[in-house]
Amino acid sequence: MFRNKQEQVSANGSRRLKSVRTNYELYLLILFPVAYFVVFKYWPMYGVQIAFKDFSASKGIWGSPWVGFDHFQRFFDAYNFWQIIRNTVYLSGLNLAIAFPIPIIVALMLNQLRQQRLKRFIQTTIYAPYFISTIVLVGMLYVFLSPSSGLVNNVIKMFGGEPILFAGESAWFRPMYIFSSVWQETGFASIVYLAALAGIDPHLHEAAVVDGASKWKRIRHIDLPGIAPTIVVLFILAVGNLMNVGFEKAFLLQKDLNVDVSEIIPTYVYKIGIQRAQYSFSAAIGLFNAAINLILLYIVNKSAKKISGNGLF
Amino acid sequence: MLNRRTKSDVWFDLINYIFLGGFTLMILYPLYFVVIASISSPDRIFSGDVWFWPRDITFDGYRRIFRDPAIWLGYRNSIVYAAISAFISTALVIMAAYPLSRKDFFGRSGFMAFFLVTLFFNGGIIPTYLMMKDIHLIDSMWAVILPSAVDAFLIIIAKTFFQELPDELREAAAIDGARNMRYLTSIVLPVSKPIIAVLVLFAVVRQWNGFFDALIYLSDGHKFPLQLVLRNILIQSQPSGNLVNDVDTLLAKQRVTELIKFGVIIVAALPLLVLYPFLQRYFVKGVMVGSVKG
Repeated sequence: MFRNKQEQVSANGSRRLKSVRTNYELYLLILFPVAYFVVFKYWPMYGVQIAFKDFSASKGIWGSPWVGFDHFQRFFDAYNFWQIIRNTVYLSGLNLAIAFPIPIIVALMLNQLRQQRLKRFIQTTIYAPYFISTIVLVGMLYVFLSPSSGLVNNVIKMFGGEPILFAGESAWFRPMYIFSSVWQETGFASIVYLAALAGIDPHLHEAAVVDGASKWKRIRHIDLPGIAPTIVVLFILAVGNLMNVGFEKAFLLQKDLNVDVSEIIPTYVYKIGIQRAQYSFSAAIGLFNAAINLILLYIVNKSAKKISGNGLF
Repeated sequence: MLNRRTKSDVWFDLINYIFLGGFTLMILYPLYFVVIASISSPDRIFSGDVWFWPRDITFDGYRRIFRDPAIWLGYRNSIVYAAISAFISTALVIMAAYPLSRKDFFGRSGFMAFFLVTLFFNGGIIPTYLMMKDIHLIDSMWAVILPSAVDAFLIIIAKTFFQELPDELREAAAIDGARNMRYLTSIVLPVSKPIIAVLVLFAVVRQWNGFFDALIYLSDGHKFPLQLVLRNILIQSQPSGNLVNDVDTLLAKQRVTELIKFGVIIVAALPLLVLYPFLQRYFVKGVMVGSVKG
């Protein structure tokens, strides 16, 4: 159609120009979200440089002097550095190990239910806690675990035990955190797996039944391999978010009495930055956290690709 | 499907019923307990008598809650914030997603990358806080509404939806003389109710349940959303004076406070409870689109 490349390029160019001209309204439309992203997402990214500067409000982000990695060094040298890192990794690692597999099990089991109405009832029930706010969730934990009137301590007392002050003991911080995650998020997290299970070819199951395979065997050899790609993708995302443990719940569950285990990077950033206004130091800690996250995401994605051939990008 | 149950399948079903039954009960019972405790006498709750049915039914907790101006104000604020958030978030997401869904939109991959980058990189708490300070939004209601109004993830969901609209629809509209804007407003939007519902519900739930932005940006108590008011009552056990000031002894005060806690949990959850049938339907849809195509 075109005699040479030059002509093709200029034809493409004029077509583009024409497309821009006829679709100018689309550009006007997208201008609003672009402006929003520039201000609310990219501006803070530009502001990240204060992690390498000594920010003072009077000089502004640009005018404040560079100090290199001083703030990072200060964090690494801080007396509680290892404690905070350990708390963060421990909390999210434990949460991942316990809260990640449970939705898979629930989905596999639900998928085996043949009574559709019962299945729907269970689904409707177990999705519900997802819509409860973190504040109400933690509030519920406190009323149920209250030493004087809580349900759990009433049971303990019934069996002659001593009431436990759950909210004030370091040893109970992680169990409270993880149990409440399982309670709140399992149902909703199982949705994706249920959808993946629904996508498995029913002929596979029929053939397996003819061959006399039990339900256990079909779960192991048909269902699990069928949803393996979904599991891998969600696992990558979960590990990529490992250091992004929810600020909200840890913050709300934190008390002076359990701060030795509940102080994690996000709560520390909040304390240093918002409460004590040490902006540069706090931004450096936040940036350090984000960098670890990106590295983790990269490593997991790479190894997942190598092992199973499935990756995110 | 064939129905040939082996002996091990019978066992499997039994275990499955026990497992799922137990799990469902574990989810349901705490919710049920909050309901019955909120109308039980606080003395009976403290003595551990309330298990399956409310005891000495009283609506004292609710009466106190409805009399409390702080809760009303928080409620009103939260409704206002949720409504404005839903509008702004939905509008901005559609303004980004619709052009990106058009194959003849020159520069779409560039714009897409511009939005997607923010899923992997963000400024973090402090640089965002300083930005908010620079544009003078601290301690205004916009500080609660704007920072988390749009997420690139929502743009992906909406774009996926728009892409599935048939091209013929637009060609037919073009023949009738409807160009981009007319086409979007009078043809695309009316058939996009499901995705609009997803976007509105996402925004409402996020705004109703969130407290982080309010915590760091608001200091004026009159602007507090419901969640921050709840925090004082539920987490810090410091209900405002109006709630308990007519109670004499400290012990009685403590008991009434517990009763109020159960009540406010219900009151706070009520709007989302009413929306729950829609939430279930559309959230599932949103999660599916996002996870399959994202």
